[in-house]
Amino acid sequence: MTNLQSLSFYYPELILTVVILAAIIYDLTLDKSQSGKVGWLLVVGLIGVALAIVFQENKVTTLFSDAIVLDPFASFFKLIVILATIFVSIVSLQSGELKAYRKGEYFTLLGIITFGLFLMVSTVDLILVYLSIEIVSIMSFVLAGYLKQNTRSNEAGLKYVVYGAFSSGIMLFGLSYIYGLTGSTNYFEIQHALAGLDSEANTAIVMAMILMIAGFGYKISAVPFHFWTPDVYEGAPTTITAYLSVAPKAGAFALMIRFFNQVLADGGGMGGLDSSSIATLPWPEIFSLLAIITMTLGNLVAIQQNSIKRMLAYSSVAHAGYMLLAMPVMSGDSMFAIMIYLVMYLFMNLGAFFVVITVQNKTGGETFDDYKGLGWEMPMIGIVMTIFMVSLTGLPPTAGFIGKFYIFASLIKGGNEFYWLVMIGGINSVISLFYYLRVVKVMYFEGESHEKIVQPPTVMAALLLATAIPTVLLGVYWTPIADWVQRSLIFFIQTL
Amino acid sequence: MENILNWIIWLPIIGMVAIAFIPREKDNLIKITAAVATGLQLLLTLVLWQNYDAGNGGMQFTVRGEWIPSFNISYILGVDGLSLPMAILTALLCFIGIFVSWNINKAVKGYFALFLLLDTGIMGVFLSMDFFLFYIFWEVMLLPMYFLIGMWGGPQREYAAIKFFLYTLFGSVLMLVGILGLYFTCGNTFDIQVLKQVAPEALQGVTWWGMSAIKVIWVLLFIGFAIKVPVFPFHTWLPLAHVEAPTAISVLLAGILLKLGVYGILRINYGLMPDGVYWFSGALAFLGLINVVWGGLCALAQTDLKKLVAYSSVNHMGYSLIGMAAVIAAGEANGYNLKAAQAGLGGAVFQMFNHGTISAMLFILVGVIYDRAHHREIEGFGGLAAQMPIYTGICAMVFFAGLGLPGFSGFISEAMCFIGAFPIYKGIVIASTIGILLNAAYFLWAFQRIFFGKLNEKYTDLPEINNRELFTVVPLLIITLFFGIYPAPYLDIISSTMDVIINHVVTMATISGK
Repeated sequence: MTNLQSLSFYYPELILTVVILAAIIYDLTLDKSQSGKVGWLLVVGLIGVALAIVFQENKVTTLFSDAIVLDPFASFFKLIVILATIFVSIVSLQSGELKAYRKGEYFTLLGIITFGLFLMVSTVDLILVYLSIEIVSIMSFVLAGYLKQNTRSNEAGLKYVVYGAFSSGIMLFGLSYIYGLTGSTNYFEIQHALAGLDSEANTAIVMAMILMIAGFGYKISAVPFHFWTPDVYEGAPTTITAYLSVAPKAGAFALMIRFFNQVLADGGGMGGLDSSSIATLPWPEIFSLLAIITMTLGNLVAIQQNSIKRMLAYSSVAHAGYMLLAMPVMSGDSMFAIMIYLVMYLFMNLGAFFVVITVQNKTGGETFDDYKGLGWEMPMIGIVMTIFMVSLTGLPPTAGFIGKFYIFASLIKGGNEFYWLVMIGGINSVISLFYYLRVVKVMYFEGESHEKIVQPPTVMAALLLATAIPTVLLGVYWTPIADWVQRSLIFFIQTL
Repeated sequence: MENILNWIIWLPIIGMVAIAFIPREKDNLIKITAAVATGLQLLLTLVLWQNYDAGNGGMQFTVRGEWIPSFNISYILGVDGLSLPMAILTALLCFIGIFVSWNINKAVKGYFALFLLLDTGIMGVFLSMDFFLFYIFWEVMLLPMYFLIGMWGGPQREYAAIKFFLYTLFGSVLMLVGILGLYFTCGNTFDIQVLKQVAPEALQGVTWWGMSAIKVIWVLLFIGFAIKVPVFPFHTWLPLAHVEAPTAISVLLAGILLKLGVYGILRINYGLMPDGVYWFSGALAFLGLINVVWGGLCALAQTDLKKLVAYSSVNHMGYSLIGMAAVIAAGEANGYNLKAAQAGLGGAVFQMFNHGTISAMLFILVGVIYDRAHHREIEGFGGLAAQMPIYTGICAMVFFAGLGLPGFSGFISEAMCFIGAFPIYKGIVIASTIGILLNAAYFLWAFQRIFFGKLNEKYTDLPEINNRELFTVVPLLIITLFFGIYPAPYLDIISSTMDVIINHVVTMATISGK
């Protein structure tokens, strides 16, 4: 489709662009204490964008001369990103850390990240892959270092830049391999060209894949590309940590699924290609290994943390590992599982960070000591945090269990060679129980009944309920989500 | 009547919600609400028993509803002769447990709310006939249990609670793998009744890691259940958890939670993998022997009375395992010895119930003395018979029941287990008589040290057992005595279901030379 025609299908992004520009201008008219109003502008704008996306949900086409596609799969991830952005925007208005700063740019940057993620989930062109990752990364660097007075935040921003530059460089190198092998940047043409290559090119393809995984792995914080995660997560404003742990991860998974499914498999049937030489590539093994190291290391290191924020950083590494577990199968069921996992993960992980923000606003601390006896002093915080921790462990009847259940089910269905992945994933859940329950233990077992009960502020309480209730409810009845994911499992495919 | 199982399962949850709305200062109102909820539940289980058709060994009072159609997960409840006594036992011990915990004064609201949640979890496992639902209830029990041990338990409570949680979760993860394996090989269903018909055939020739899927899945599920039973060597969480838990929770742990393991093996492993029964029964009997002897030896070595009682559970559950293994006696290779199979399986199931009542009494009695003396060292007492005659009398009866004296129900079930297993596992049965000896030794020796001899000066003003405590023990004691003299009512309920299980295992097994 030509560029001009494409614009008529591109209105969600156009609305978003208008919102971003409006936010910049609106910010100029406000003084510092009022700058939070930009956040509400962003929230309202994003709701409009979400409606626009829902409106075009069933369209399947390619836009801008095959650079990006419009399909239910992309729409699904766009909605996830919007939901996360809305949650984080509202919570940012409550955050004590950000009080001293002007927030206009903050929300504008959040809007731009959202735009970058939109590109990320819908691109089918290597140039745009790189571009979208960079848009998201550069905005994240700034936001991670947003607390100018705080040295840890500065450190987080700088570390993020260095690691980001490094891994995107590596990825770019991988992309150039692909281009050199196939002479194209378009997924469909690449697939066509790769399928025609002799098997002697396989080494080069594997090299290119590994280099590209470095870039993707950096975004989802997969081990060994995770080194930035703990420091950035700890130093960045907690609101941004919450955002980074969910939205870019979702975007990167969408990118990864689309890339590997389209380029190395047949794109629509979601099985591997049987007849060509790339069918023999060892990428199930590469992903298995990546998943195992990621979750095991994430869990083992999380046990040793004393800061809850840092513990949650490693836990998000581990959760990336659980989602990666489903990648080697690369069946319709495994993509379904990753998508459903992301929905569940969004609620439970954001919720856990909201608790951290609430406690931080109250006590200014984020270590286990700051949570001592919290269950008695702030019963609501205690109960919702227990729900989130149980859900992150993956115990029924919570959303986290359903996510894991689908991942494991897709692996068992995938066949004999994946059973051991399930075993390792299961044992990792048991390990993770130890550190998640430590939070519960500190909140309840260390401390006594309190006379005075402290309630969180109304908006915070509403946000906590808005994440805790779905976390429990989706663990008991998740048919609407399952149906939505099922509807969204439609890719744009072009056969050459 | 159609919805009676729903009510039995969800009544405690209604009670829990009610408690959530009661202001936290009103301790008595909270306790009364909990007592009413569990009391009604007990009444309903008795009504269920009255209306249960004992001649029909199949599922009754089935409730069926759609839940998650896209994954073929349904909400199915049902009750048969295997689960009915367990449901009654659960309701009874939960009702009694409320009164045992009447003197809890720390965070009363939380305690009773969690207690009721635990009740629903346990009841749900016994009554659910959908494997997914079964698993959900199985896991729902863990968190309340963790809190109840960790918050209201003894000095080492935190360690005990997390150890319990980690052990059980490890087992359940293995179980989940097994469940998913069964789901995908047996036509995408979680319905246990359907799986029972499909699985024995569908698993034929399927391999996992190059081994027979039947064996692998059997072992995965068995470990999950064995941790609960607990079967040696998965028993190490038990003494710790039992000792650190508050009295009422020890009662539930020993009285019901351990039965979940045996129940699971009989319902799932026996039902879905009859071939596995033949393959594993020898090992099962052998593990039973180790449980009996090892549990007995450990109990003998304890200085803490509660730990002694805890190890006695390991010892007693061993008899059940030996009895269960006797099912294969009904097969061709063992000369169609149906009587032995009936005796063994019936004994194992009866032993579950009897150990439930007897160990509950033991823990309550330990709680009684601990509340007064604030320690449980066996050597620290002595001569209590003179000070607390009624307590001593009751303890004597309960200890005798525990050591399997004729006249108490424990004797009958243990004898049945041995009678059933003897034709096939002569060596194991003979060897496990050592366990009976140890059983008698540790109970009698402990009794002697606590109640006879010279009265410790410190305890000259120890008050006698009070009415509330009597109310918690005496009904159980009456049940134990009644079934000890006249077990027929119990055996009538279970016998037709036992026949169904035996018949299922023997006819559905496909291995040669069965």
